[in-house]
Amino acid sequence: MIMTKNDILLDKTTFETFTQEEYMVMKSDLLQPVQKIGTWGKVWIGFLITICLLGIYAYYIQESKSKYVTVSLRDYTMWGVYISNFVFFVALSLIGVLMSAVLKLTHFEWYRPLSRIAEIIAVAAIMLAGVSIVAAMGRPDRLHFLLLHGRIQSPIVWDIIVIMTYLVTSLILLFIPLIPSLSTCKNHLTGKPKWQMKMYEILSFGWEGTAEQWKILKKSMKILTVLVIPLGVSIHTVTAWLFATTLRAEWDSTNFGAYFVSGAFLLGVAGMVVAVFVIRKAYNLEKYLTEMHFDKLGQALVLMSFIYIYFNINEYLVPAYKMSGLHANHLLSLFTGEEAFFYWSVILFGMVIPGILPLFPKMRKPLPLFIITIGVVIAAWFKRYLIVIPGLAHPYLPIQDVPNSWKHYSPSLVEMTIVAATFAAMLLIVTLFSRFFPIISVWEVAEGKLEGKDEIINYK
Amino acid sequence: MKNVNEESSRRNFLKIGLMSGGAVIAGASIVKALANEEPKKTGEMVKVLTADGKMVEVDSSMINHPSEQVLKEHAIREGIAGKKFIMVIDLARCANERKCIEGCQSMHGMLAPIEYIKVKRMQDSELAAPYWFPQTCYQCDNPPCTKVCPVDATFKRTDGIVVVDSERCIGCKFCMAACPYSARTFNFGRPEQIAFTEAHKTDQDKCCTSPSTEGTVSKCDFCPESAAKGILPSCVTECPNGTIFFGDELEDAVTNGEETFRLSELLQKRAGYRQFEELGTKPRVYYLPPVNRQFPFEEATEVHNQAE
Repeated sequence: MIMTKNDILLDKTTFETFTQEEYMVMKSDLLQPVQKIGTWGKVWIGFLITICLLGIYAYYIQESKSKYVTVSLRDYTMWGVYISNFVFFVALSLIGVLMSAVLKLTHFEWYRPLSRIAEIIAVAAIMLAGVSIVAAMGRPDRLHFLLLHGRIQSPIVWDIIVIMTYLVTSLILLFIPLIPSLSTCKNHLTGKPKWQMKMYEILSFGWEGTAEQWKILKKSMKILTVLVIPLGVSIHTVTAWLFATTLRAEWDSTNFGAYFVSGAFLLGVAGMVVAVFVIRKAYNLEKYLTEMHFDKLGQALVLMSFIYIYFNINEYLVPAYKMSGLHANHLLSLFTGEEAFFYWSVILFGMVIPGILPLFPKMRKPLPLFIITIGVVIAAWFKRYLIVIPGLAHPYLPIQDVPNSWKHYSPSLVEMTIVAATFAAMLLIVTLFSRFFPIISVWEVAEGKLEGKDEIINYK
Repeated sequence: MKNVNEESSRRNFLKIGLMSGGAVIAGASIVKALANEEPKKTGEMVKVLTADGKMVEVDSSMINHPSEQVLKEHAIREGIAGKKFIMVIDLARCANERKCIEGCQSMHGMLAPIEYIKVKRMQDSELAAPYWFPQTCYQCDNPPCTKVCPVDATFKRTDGIVVVDSERCIGCKFCMAACPYSARTFNFGRPEQIAFTEAHKTDQDKCCTSPSTEGTVSKCDFCPESAAKGILPSCVTECPNGTIFFGDELEDAVTNGEETFRLSELLQKRAGYRQFEELGTKPRVYYLPPVNRQFPFEEATEVHNQAE
């Protein structure tokens, strides 16, 4: 049944009638993860909660005992995995910009089932970036000093401002398209506890789906979608400036902002593939998260890899050509020295493989692409490690006459537990979200199923 | 042309600095004179040299000790009025006897391996001779560390010293990342250190603008409490070879406790330089190149700071 604009205009009261049956199927498909949590789903949540609790315990140990004992940080490498983890999560949070906002604004219609997945990952990642920073602080009890005594000249304050703005914008951008879905949940979910139904009712803010409401919803979404792009680019650029505004040779680069943002986009695509693959399998959503999505994401992966390779060449090969005394120690330790294994693995799995393999259509099928992107995500984490830690190990004045632990940093058990817990917490947020709210936006998908996306349900 | 301009503006700046420094002192004395017109006579006579070179005897009550007075009044964030502390390190005299390090550690109550002043073995190229390089915080005039501090916990004072307020520091360590000289150290709460600090909490002889506490950054602070009393920093007094000179740029004088030099002359004659001038940080520590050495260079045979 094909609807024309006139049909809708004629019948203004048309409500979900255009493909009522189809829509009902769609609804029950997409509400199914919320409707029923299986045993494995519960095990998974329990597993994530356990890791989070371990992380909280590790943090308790770190803060109650001496950090000299619990953490391997010392005066030269005073920023360790917490900071590189922070950079990783900030990078990951750009997934919302790319996979929801950019695609939406450029009318790539396949964004529709992806946008909410991207938004919730972005929100979770940016929260955990904040947690990582607090874990790195020497005096977390003085966190409020940032408000009391904050000085605008410090890049940390810039970072806090843009990250907070991005978090709030992302939350609103996650929430507004969720309102019709909440109404759907309220009307169609059965056998759920009272508080949950009450929650849907309160959060849906009396959504009735009137033309007026749709208009406001669409308009605010559009404004936020436009707004979130410069914000997303800013958060990662400013995060790059945390390093680039120092005088250390290995960070002293005008390339840093673009280099970080391009890396974040690559990580965003890879993270999206991983998330889509898992959600698709776990919730049986093959009908909505199709092979076409993997095909498109695979192509995006190639593009982003090449952009990232371009910035890496600028960042490493150009200084390496000159091999000035300021850069030599650092670059040689990456190329041939103690970090070489990590460095070249990151180049291979984080850039070369995702840049080349998905050129072949067979590699853009779900499973191969999933395997490739798992590699990209792991490499992306180590990439941030390689930016932060070896950069600190080669100061201008030589490190001499210090204990061995001061020269070589390797994260302690406490640090790694806390990092693992941040990952678990991120997955937990996404998992729980998908268990309470439809992880794929029902109405956005429905809207996309129609030809000519303006002609939707009842908003005109 | 540019250089000429820079020179003249720098000279003007110095002039203004000198004048304002003078004005502050003059102002302070006038205020004092107005406040209590007739100071109580102590009966103790002191010989003093007047500005025109005459030796006169005056009652000790007539002598103002501005520095001690200023010290009592000066706030940690303001600095000592009328001072611009400066340091000159003569590399020709350093024999790596590490007395400055020990003196500093004892003065600030820090245990090895924490060193506010370090002595590094430097060798600029294979053919060049190695030399010992004592390194403090350079108290830069364009400090990269204070710029990045998000909570104003580290700042530049009027007397030229860069100080960390450990009551304010949130321990983000951004200043440590920003310092190109690795001059800053973080108090990770090493158990031995914490116990030592606790045991010596009430010691009066420890000098520190803001004592290091767990979870905060600390560093060399030029011992301004001592300086205000006219006592040299302990790295200066402890050095058996008089390597380190300390003084006031406004007075144009530096001393190692035994010899006193006119700062400008010393830097001109001995080709004084600042480490990594190209970074633009404008350090307040000058080095005199290791020429005409007083000691032959000897490699350090003993390793220090190996204990974790």
